[in-house]
Amino acid sequence: MINLNDIMETINMISEENLDIRTITMGISLLDCCDSDPEKACEKIYNKIIRLAGNLVKVGEDIEREFGIPIINKRISVTPISMVLASSGGDPVMYAKTLQRAADATGVNFIGGYSALVHKGFSAGDEALIRSIPKALSETTNVCSSVNIGSTKAGINMDAVKLMGEIVRETAEITKDRECIGCAKLVVFCNAVEDNPFMAGAFHGVGEPDCVIHVGVSGPGVVQAALKKCPNGTLGELAEIIKRTAFKITRMGQLVGSEASKRLGVPFGIVDLSLAPTPAVGDSVAHILEEMGLETCGTHGTTAALAMLNDAVKKGGVMASSYVGGLSGAFIPVTEDAGMIAAARSGDLRLEKLEAMTAVCSVGLDMIAIPGETPAEVISAIIADEAAIGMVNSKTTAVRVIPAIGKAKGEELDFGGLLGSGPIMDVNLTKSPKKFIDRAGRIPAPLQSLKN
Amino acid sequence: MKTVVSVIGKDAVGIIADVSAVCNECNANIVDITQSVLQDMFVMVMLTEIKDINCSFADYSGKMKALGEKRGIDIRVMHEDVFNSMHRI
Repeated sequence: MINLNDIMETINMISEENLDIRTITMGISLLDCCDSDPEKACEKIYNKIIRLAGNLVKVGEDIEREFGIPIINKRISVTPISMVLASSGGDPVMYAKTLQRAADATGVNFIGGYSALVHKGFSAGDEALIRSIPKALSETTNVCSSVNIGSTKAGINMDAVKLMGEIVRETAEITKDRECIGCAKLVVFCNAVEDNPFMAGAFHGVGEPDCVIHVGVSGPGVVQAALKKCPNGTLGELAEIIKRTAFKITRMGQLVGSEASKRLGVPFGIVDLSLAPTPAVGDSVAHILEEMGLETCGTHGTTAALAMLNDAVKKGGVMASSYVGGLSGAFIPVTEDAGMIAAARSGDLRLEKLEAMTAVCSVGLDMIAIPGETPAEVISAIIADEAAIGMVNSKTTAVRVIPAIGKAKGEELDFGGLLGSGPIMDVNLTKSPKKFIDRAGRIPAPLQSLKN
Repeated sequence: MKTVVSVIGKDAVGIIADVSAVCNECNANIVDITQSVLQDMFVMVMLTEIKDINCSFADYSGKMKALGEKRGIDIRVMHEDVFNSMHRI
């Protein structure tokens, strides 16, 4: 029989340290749903999602009950809608409403893929979809949108960056009576991945199978609790503890993913090796960094600590799963992490430090409330900076900022639930990047050698 | 399939008898039992084979949970694969 201490360790991880499976995400290709009549295309989309994902929530709940592991979210990602729109035409918002209808019928909490990939330029459907994002996100509740504006191989499409600054602002304006929540469902990527199970940036890439199951694990609380038992260890010892813990967490993801794939009759895709925080106490990535010896997250040393944590999580997780993918790494969404919220409130964690942190972890400037007066060109410049980090370092980076319309630095936004709440952070508004952003065009792809 | 029934709580007379009674009622076969007192807490782990149970897994697990609530202790029923996959390579 299994060792009593091992059993107790697992139960303790679940009951005391917030170990959970963050999401089971079903990826569904919509490439076969195109039609010359947009209404028929929407009907095909709805029917295909219901046929494949009709059982997703029930299967997730069954596994949760039998295995005793909480599975927090059941979600769906679909082919970027801009591709379906390109061939089927019609009003893009109609597709968003179709996705919402499918989300309501299947009971999933988010459906991602109201997306466009424009890292080198706009093709048919892309610009129309992007311009419809504010309306689509304001008229739906569970649809998530993402736009890829750059990649290491293509460079950065600054026309798209300029446009996205305006779209993010417009999305905030149109949802200002709901804490500007539209922007919490909109991500701007550089080097977006095709098999990401996490929202708001999940979409089903064109290289993926027709239907696939991806799993995202979580467990910052488990890592923090493990580190607590080693108050005087060297950093090498801490790295070992993180690796061992990440291995165990990831094994849960692999088990749940393969079981879900078997029960749904859908191929298993990947486990996303992630540390995804929630606003709950004891589920914070910032608190892990503080456990490692920083007085507060955001002080000098934060980037180094995060780099080690991120690397150790991947090293530990890789062997625990047959297929690893997605974004894989520690997430640092400010409003979704109790430690980050506290550090941002006290002023110890600033936007510039967060930008540095994104160079060494997954994914980017995530869930950051910024002053409502921030002009579109500054948001574009924030996106450009972040995309440059991703492009040069061959990694995924992203921006999900929420301009808090009508509010200023020091006030707070409260989204509730997993999206959390947090203070409006300081943005440098004294000097303008307007001329740089207005030049538009494309930043060429970077050299892949002479790496200094 | 085999499940691990874990019981954690303050020690008292009749816990094992009550848990075994639920197993008997549901026709779950007890394969192995181990128990210990850790940090003043009574800890008992029971491996049960449930391929021939006369109710659904949800009912079996629900009855154990209800017993736990009645006695003020934590009783969980979990698939043994959870522990195998986490602690064995």
